Amino acid sequence: MQKRSLKVAVLRFPGTNCEFDTQYAFEKLGHSTELVWHENETLPENIDLIVVPGGFSYGDYLRSGSIARFSPVMKAVVSFANDGGKVLGICNGFQILTEAGLLPGALKRNNNLHFISKHQNLCVINNDNPFLNLCEKGEVLNIPIAHADGNYYIDGAGFKKLEANKQILLRYCDEKGEPVVVNGSVTSIAGICNESKNVFGLMPHPERALEAILGSEDGLRMLQGFEA
Amino acid sequence: MTAVVNVFLKEGVLDPQGKAAHHALDSLGFASVEDVRIGKQIILKLKTDDKAEAEVEVREMCETLLANTVIEDYTIEIN
Repeated sequence: MQKRSLKVAVLRFPGTNCEFDTQYAFEKLGHSTELVWHENETLPENIDLIVVPGGFSYGDYLRSGSIARFSPVMKAVVSFANDGGKVLGICNGFQILTEAGLLPGALKRNNNLHFISKHQNLCVINNDNPFLNLCEKGEVLNIPIAHADGNYYIDGAGFKKLEANKQILLRYCDEKGEPVVVNGSVTSIAGICNESKNVFGLMPHPERALEAILGSEDGLRMLQGFEA
Repeated sequence: MTAVVNVFLKEGVLDPQGKAAHHALDSLGFASVEDVRIGKQIILKLKTDDKAEAEVEVREMCETLLANTVIEDYTIEIN
């Protein structure tokens, strides 16, 4: 398969702290990246992907992601997504995308009230989407998590829609792929996508799993999915 | 005038902070507690003197920003 070089916009809000790791990850894969400050009303031209990286935008005040979603740049992100553009939210980025209504559900405080920071096994639930297409269904990936508000909630009707439309991307699991309770998420959900499968959100950090010597390189294959 | 907004997790949405506080009250011997819910209170000082107008506006603030209605309910009190 011919590898396609992507132009990736990485958003930056006050309090974002994973923007450089995210840039490093995509540049390691041979793509070009550009940081986009939250006050920008427009996005760079001809971008293939927007990444809303992790961190603590606006200090997590009020609710995680609730203030950032009203930043000037988010209007452009919403219209980019509504036109079919690909958007990936990692950790705080996932929270921002749910607050913005680009992804269903919400992220609550972890059930045990702890900030959880560790390597975590994830099971690939659905791979027929532009993000996880290089991963196998049922495959177990080892990716770090680091969050206090990662407890995914969605009501019963919303959950049925997610399941029927194959929008559940990842679940927290053990080494055999059996779901485990990590933070209290509905059915251990770690990542989802929207109905049209162009907006993706996950709490784990693939950009922190790029080198085997540092514990895992499973993040590479996840992010490479966007090249297809 | 002042608007007092109370935001709580919806009934049926687990409130881990409430649960932890309930557990602590139990261990302190306060056996009469049936349930604890922890929310937040937001106090807004408003420029208007029109109560009806204020209520409409504060409701809009809640729906847009102050509460996430996927998981939270809110009440508004205007004085």
